[in-house]
Amino acid sequence: MSLDVDAIRKDFPILAREVHGVPLVYLDSANSAQKPQVVIDAEAELYAAHYANVARAVHTLGSEATAAYEGARDKVARFLNAARREEIVFTKNISEALNLLAYAFSNAATTPGAERFRLGPGDEIVVTEMEHHSNLVPWQLLAQRTGATFKWIPIDDEGRLIESAIDEVITDRTKVVSFVYQSNALGTINPVERLVARARAVGAISIIDAAQAAPHLPLDVQAIGADFLGFTGHKVYGPSGVGVLWGRYDLLAKLPPFLGGGEMIETVDMTGSTFAEPPHRFEAGTPMIAQAVALGTAVDYLTGLGLADIREHEHRLVGHALESLSAVPGVRIIGPTTNVDRGATISFTVDGIHPHDVAQLLDERGIAVRAGHHCARPVCVRYGILATTRASFGVYTTMAEVDALVEGLDAVRAMFG
Amino acid sequence: MSMSAPVDSMYQEIIIDHYKHPQHHGRIEPFDAEVHHVNPTCGDEVTLRVQIGDGVIHDLGWVGEGCSISQASTSVMSGLVVGKPVDEAMRLSETFLALMQSRGENPLDEGELDGLQDAVAFEGVSKYPARVKCALLGWMAMKGAVAEAAGTARGSDAIAEETR
Repeated sequence: MSLDVDAIRKDFPILAREVHGVPLVYLDSANSAQKPQVVIDAEAELYAAHYANVARAVHTLGSEATAAYEGARDKVARFLNAARREEIVFTKNISEALNLLAYAFSNAATTPGAERFRLGPGDEIVVTEMEHHSNLVPWQLLAQRTGATFKWIPIDDEGRLIESAIDEVITDRTKVVSFVYQSNALGTINPVERLVARARAVGAISIIDAAQAAPHLPLDVQAIGADFLGFTGHKVYGPSGVGVLWGRYDLLAKLPPFLGGGEMIETVDMTGSTFAEPPHRFEAGTPMIAQAVALGTAVDYLTGLGLADIREHEHRLVGHALESLSAVPGVRIIGPTTNVDRGATISFTVDGIHPHDVAQLLDERGIAVRAGHHCARPVCVRYGILATTRASFGVYTTMAEVDALVEGLDAVRAMFG
Repeated sequence: MSMSAPVDSMYQEIIIDHYKHPQHHGRIEPFDAEVHHVNPTCGDEVTLRVQIGDGVIHDLGWVGEGCSISQASTSVMSGLVVGKPVDEAMRLSETFLALMQSRGENPLDEGELDGLQDAVAFEGVSKYPARVKCALLGWMAMKGAVAEAAGTARGSDAIAEETR
């Protein structure tokens, strides 16, 4: 079964609107995806009919809201094929999920039983050169706090990890390996199995930033075998303000808290506190209730469409886009130019035209793309450029929209010609 | 599909012309002050030198990198202020700033618009707050360089006095 894109487009009310008097061509889903009506309705429905605070209230609305919130946890657990629902922690976004780990690892220094997570001088934290700042800065900070060494696996001219460097960079001293599944700036899909296997071989904790993978391909955390994995709601057609950290239960059970506050405790005395079991230990304070509920709806929506079919649809779009863009004079693709281990995000430069001009002129034609360093500045530095223009696709993207992008680029070039 | 921009495009032909053929581009010698300004959102950069005497901007030269709006605006600004008294250049700078902050509702009278000459072409930029900084980059650099040159001429004590 392939995707019925015409039908899918009708699920997304925003796709019917015009921009500057022309139909919207939304090619910025890697930045944030649009929302189907079911997701919009799920959030509104909770507020309209079932809203109260979760976990605390004994009244009916409190029970209904709690059931909806915990029901969303079940949905996300199914979406990731997690072994237990308690392995799903709701966070604000992927940045918070990764920061939660980095700060919990710091807190391990003084927490009995958390030795596994302690870092110090001589230990190593490994990332890749293609990380989003959210999977780079938290680890640089952790290295500063602990005295550990911060290292990275380099990338080649095509935007792929230099695989021969994996065994070299990840050593017996490596305690943490955190890497992106699919690059937001390059579209590269990394050799996840190989990275996880190497991390396990040296006894390091493996962490996967799956923010750009979750909307595009099936994720099975048990099959992947990593220790932690995170993604964010707004990129999987869910609301902004909610993300997910999945962790193996035996690790979460030993992990110290990150934020202290309400609902994350077991008991509190003025002289000290003990903490709740996962996942609630990591969900201090009133959570993003309606957003989590609507995220549950979003992942069910994606499962309903079928991640394998989504992947196939986007694979065809990428093939067409790579071919058409490569044929535009002056266009240089930054990232893999072959449609192998490559996701639906294509960065490029246009000779002699600044990415902000490209993006602004495309916007005048109703085409939304992103321009900039995509919060992965080291990638731009690696390729000697200030910024790129980036087009990214989703379940609602059509071949005609890819063609509109290419025609738009012809027009932009003609203006600057 | 038409190859020209929509009529309400931010990218007036005059902007593209200045981008392709920038005025007063280069590093002048001698000079009284040099400044380097950057726009962190776009990564636009401009390095600008001025030569000032008797309260007049005798010469100005710049080099830069960035989007067409920042580079063209710096070019237009240069053409406007070279040869003008410093206080007139500052007045033009204020007028241009007012136009940029207008969000598409032109606040200027005819005399002011005339004074801005080619810089009026940037009016459309004011509708895009994210790009206003691009259009202002060269103007801010000019103001900075003029202030620095004035400081050099009067000696650093005078500047220290003013900023106290």
